[in-house]
Amino acid sequence: MNSGIQQFSAERDSRVVNNDALVELLGVGFDYENTSILDEINLTVEKGEFVALVGPSGCGKSTLLNLISGVLTARSGQIVANGNILSSDRIGNVSYMQQKDLLLPWRTVAENSRLGSELRGVSSSESNEQVRKLAESFGLSDVLDSMPHELSGGMRQRVALLRAVLPDNPVLLLDEPFGALDAITRSSLQQWLLNVLDTSDKAVLLVTHDVEEAILLADRVLVMAHSPNGIIAEFDVKSVVSSGDNDITMSAEFIELKKQILDHLGKHEVVR
Amino acid sequence: MTLLRTLRPRLIVWLPAIATALALLILWEALVEVLDVQRWLLPPPSVISIELFESFDLFVRHAGTTTLEIVLGFAVSVALGVVIASGIVWSRAVERSIYPIIIASQTIPIITLAPLLIIWVGTDIMSKVIVIVLFTFFPIVISLVTGLRSVDQEMVDMFRTLGASPWQTFRKLMVPSALPNFFAGLKVAAVVSVIGAVIGEWFGASAGLGWLMKLAGPQFQTARVFAAIVVLSILAMALFAAVVAVEKWSLRKYPPTANQVIRLGES
Repeated sequence: MNSGIQQFSAERDSRVVNNDALVELLGVGFDYENTSILDEINLTVEKGEFVALVGPSGCGKSTLLNLISGVLTARSGQIVANGNILSSDRIGNVSYMQQKDLLLPWRTVAENSRLGSELRGVSSSESNEQVRKLAESFGLSDVLDSMPHELSGGMRQRVALLRAVLPDNPVLLLDEPFGALDAITRSSLQQWLLNVLDTSDKAVLLVTHDVEEAILLADRVLVMAHSPNGIIAEFDVKSVVSSGDNDITMSAEFIELKKQILDHLGKHEVVR
Repeated sequence: MTLLRTLRPRLIVWLPAIATALALLILWEALVEVLDVQRWLLPPPSVISIELFESFDLFVRHAGTTTLEIVLGFAVSVALGVVIASGIVWSRAVERSIYPIIIASQTIPIITLAPLLIIWVGTDIMSKVIVIVLFTFFPIVISLVTGLRSVDQEMVDMFRTLGASPWQTFRKLMVPSALPNFFAGLKVAAVVSVIGAVIGEWFGASAGLGWLMKLAGPQFQTARVFAAIVVLSILAMALFAAVVAVEKWSLRKYPPTANQVIRLGES
């Protein structure tokens, strides 16, 4: 418990039903072409909590989000998202933003943003109203009628996030949302994302390989590793973010945390 | 003055093609003259033009018949192609049961089927429409299947996470994504449909440009055969232009990406 840092390994004995949990994975396993990608994964994200998942590429981070969103189906275990136990015909009740913006090139920003509402049969006037309301805080008010190819990479990611959150699901999954952006854009979008989500009580699960991003954005950081693929450590980083320091990444506490997380990642890289 | 200004950019676009064609025609005319080739063997362009003008009404009448066949055949082909391609993409069972047969059907020389069709359905317009469909539905099916399958799996997953039904994914994602490929197939089909019409008419008809050519050939009316070919080319180009016009209109509504024209030779 030194300087607010908590660390403990994720044990498998935590199979307790948690009423505040919006995402809950119990002993989840997944195979791809007879190779085990994930095995016995346990994970909870509570209401209003921001959890980051860091790990080397290929450790199954993105697979985990695909399982929670229902795009993939687990081999074993149970996944609860939004209070529903997932099955193959239960899908579409979590917001999921992938690494690529995946904007439809023939639709304007507004039309791309309201895609989720449109697919649920919300009238276009009503969903346009929803888009207009949110567009301001997303900094997109002036480009609602633009086509995606007219926007910068950072703006396109904002549109993708707007599209993901518009259906107002309590769970938000983010897969490397800023991974393809340059460092300056990434850092301004990280700050902006914190502000946008500040008042929200969504349960957010972020997948990233950027340790700094994880510490900056999340309340809790989970470290995933290769062989065996799984969650090997967990850090409480809430105190680091709440201090409101401008250059927080230079603080001793931040550097110490980053070092510890990298140590965990590094240890397993060598073993592999 | 303003008319010239609006026409000038178009002239620049068409000038290379017009100049090339004119040069070839002059060469043809000169060679026929210099080598003293018999008119019935190879008429020069001047004689073909005279034939075209002197028998203008005849060509218009027979072009009308051929055009009707082409338009009907093309329409049936597009409808059939859209249904078959959608079925193939929609269900693996449909794909496995009909895709191999469709490909096998293209190995049959359609030209040998034409006389059979005359026996089966007679010499009226139906036999010609069937031949045109046999020629044109294949490029339409193949291009549309390719187009519908060109969709990124991640895009499909994104639609699923937003709660889209399979039909919504098809209509709002796959169909717009397939348009560029679809029009590529339509352009091939447009040109090939003219060949289909001529072959259909060759084996049994009482009108049409193909029938006119078949009749004129053995009578050594070589200029008439060439004139009919000219009219057929104009028909094919008009149909091609119509497809391009529809393509431009629909791609303005569903632009695939920022419009880029890649020319490796001009980099």
